[in-house]
Amino acid sequence: MKEYVMGNGAIALGALKAGVNIACGYPGTPSSEIIETLAKYPHEGLHLEWSVNEKAALEVAAAAAYSGARALVTMKQVGLNVASDPLMSLAYVGVEGGLVVVSADDPGPISSQTEQDTRRFADFARIPVFDPSSPEEAFEMIQDAFDYSEKYKTPVIFRPTTRVDHGYASIEVGDKYIPKDYEGFKKDSGRFVIFPRLSYKNHGMIEDRNIQIGNDFSDYRFNTSEGGPSKKAVMASGVSYMYAKETLKDHPQIKLIKIATAYPFPESFMLKQLEGVEEILCLEELSPYIEEQLLKLAGKHHLTLKVDGKLTGHVPHMGENSADSVAKILKAYLETDLEAEYSKKDIPTLPVRPPVLCAGCPHRASFYAVKKAMEKEKTYYCGDIGCYTLGNAMPLDMVDTCLCMGAGVTMAQGFSHVDSDGKAFAFIGDSTFFASGINGVVNAVINEADITICILDNSTTAMTGHQPHPGTGINMMGHDVGKISITNILNGIGLKKVITVDPFELDKAIETVKECAQTKGVKAIIFKSPCIAIEKSSKKCTINDSCVNCKKCIRETGCPALILTDGKVTIDQSLCTGCGLCKQVCPMNAIGGATDE
Amino acid sequence: MNKDVLICGVGGQGTVLASRIIAASAMSEGNTVHSAETIGMAQRGGPVTSHVRIGDEAYSPMIPSGKADLIIGFEPAEVVRNIGYLSADGLAVVNTSAVKPVTESLAETGYDGSSMIEYLKDNVNCIFVDGEAECTKLGSAKFLNILLLGIAAGSGRLGTSKDTIISEIEKRVPPKFKDKNIQAFLSGFEIGENKGESK
Repeated sequence: MKEYVMGNGAIALGALKAGVNIACGYPGTPSSEIIETLAKYPHEGLHLEWSVNEKAALEVAAAAAYSGARALVTMKQVGLNVASDPLMSLAYVGVEGGLVVVSADDPGPISSQTEQDTRRFADFARIPVFDPSSPEEAFEMIQDAFDYSEKYKTPVIFRPTTRVDHGYASIEVGDKYIPKDYEGFKKDSGRFVIFPRLSYKNHGMIEDRNIQIGNDFSDYRFNTSEGGPSKKAVMASGVSYMYAKETLKDHPQIKLIKIATAYPFPESFMLKQLEGVEEILCLEELSPYIEEQLLKLAGKHHLTLKVDGKLTGHVPHMGENSADSVAKILKAYLETDLEAEYSKKDIPTLPVRPPVLCAGCPHRASFYAVKKAMEKEKTYYCGDIGCYTLGNAMPLDMVDTCLCMGAGVTMAQGFSHVDSDGKAFAFIGDSTFFASGINGVVNAVINEADITICILDNSTTAMTGHQPHPGTGINMMGHDVGKISITNILNGIGLKKVITVDPFELDKAIETVKECAQTKGVKAIIFKSPCIAIEKSSKKCTINDSCVNCKKCIRETGCPALILTDGKVTIDQSLCTGCGLCKQVCPMNAIGGATDE
Repeated sequence: MNKDVLICGVGGQGTVLASRIIAASAMSEGNTVHSAETIGMAQRGGPVTSHVRIGDEAYSPMIPSGKADLIIGFEPAEVVRNIGYLSADGLAVVNTSAVKPVTESLAETGYDGSSMIEYLKDNVNCIFVDGEAECTKLGSAKFLNILLLGIAAGSGRLGTSKDTIISEIEKRVPPKFKDKNIQAFLSGFEIGENKGESK
């Protein structure tokens, strides 16, 4: 039966068809729906988990693959940085059962810190990488990835990009999931214990093997060419191939080459394709990776070939490609006329709709409490990755730094060591705390930092679509395993002051912040209140006749439910959750509502 | 059949359901369908789009500029934001009820949609509908998406049959709202039929 699914769904269904035995991951856009889809389809016998972070996910999967099982690991590209330690070593050791690391790249970037290219990571680790161009292809290719992983006993990387992950297509869904039958772990310390001698030996083996894989990939079914023969050709990878095809369907005389396996580069396939070609345009997103591979190939074989791409300024280095940008590049390359572009010159000024914290979001109240408490102090506000990064927007303006997952806790320490007059705060969400915040707290205690850690505990992983985490107590197998207490963890590390407050009890929250800021050492405040998208509220606030329209509520909180109607402050009842923050900010007691009940 | 349909609005208006119904209807009539949606930072109040591409010759997951046969616009400024996608002889179904930016009270722009509607009237083949007024008749703003879908279908530009769409709506809305949604679709369909080919 065919079903209409997202690219990430296609990857999950392909993995099920390949008999995957274990799947681990950490949520991150654009990869999160893979694990979620596995949970929705029949998967009895599959171990499924949201791991605490990407490193843990890969290590859990590695042992399963040592045992002959098929293992899938999912993450976004910056997650691969976290998993890079096990990945680099695992590349040397290898696997027994197929192990596929899906690392989803985010050109743009649309929702990431970096525009890094996972194909470079594959090259760095000397392991194969698969690069699908559509959801349909991803479904087939993930199955191939497991086969190649087992054939060459190496972990492989599968790297879709946002438009493949989030595009929808019809996929054939099998009616039954049959997990792979595997033999189990056979002890062999010469193989599975990484020592310098083993690394030396395997390094040579890997380089020889990669030449073989390159030859194998030269016959791979998704490295293809169409059109031509032509002196001017186009080489593309990933979704850029689809963009090129969109334009080249009107130019069938031009040869279009698709590279689905960027590393090891399918050299003999490419050499054959280059016969009669004098000039070639490389279309890809992020790094000029296949472009560089082609340049190496041309150098190695003394080819007379003009190579256009990112390195020659024909294709931009940053951002996403699109059907339009590729059409423009192609038409310049082929010296054909461009269709007239839509003239945008007379378009009226469009309203800007920036992302903001939701109406009723507890993070707004937490930030506001710290802001009020520290009004007269010199402060450092170290943010982290999650919805609460939006605390940087006006009027809150409560995020001074944001670097990577977990960095807020440790960066606050750095500020405290170089400026003893300032008050350093770390803001970290509950899921991020479990993923990579705990080590930082240990570091703070042992190195005598003077910081206040604000844990914004909304009982979910909100930003990526509300996945469970260790603090929520339910795992991906659907088992209630009990909540892991953040307070107990912090007490265990040795914090003397760990206070839990409801951020919507504003006065109490402000007093707590003041108390912690005045105490030397490492202190923590757990601002506990559920995400409003999870726990729906029917409460509403309303404005009464005492309102003098001073707009303090709007100016101080920036809550999107507070709107001006004909110049008067009103509350949008469709947005308001009755959180009561504005009520506590109002100097006139002009806001009442359901929180009184 | 080859058809490109772009659905645009702001997060929370129900654009995704409309795009799913269009895709499912085209598929159940035997077409190849691809679509792409805004996901990620998009949330309530942010601009959202769905690109639905019907036919075997659609390769890019998103519609190339100037190729959309139809825009279903849930908000006037969002139609203008995406107007570059519309083909020269394309049609835009436009809800005239403006949605102010969520930051409007912090940084007033005075946006009320009127300049967008003026622009669209002068430049684009449109069917305008006062979504707010129509939804008040239906009893809830929640029916906006199905109402606009009805207009698009009634205009004849979707290329899928009325009955196919109705059966896909029935599969996707909660049973207790089924009748209301069908009513919303049919009243939209009538508007689309009547205004379909008028400039």
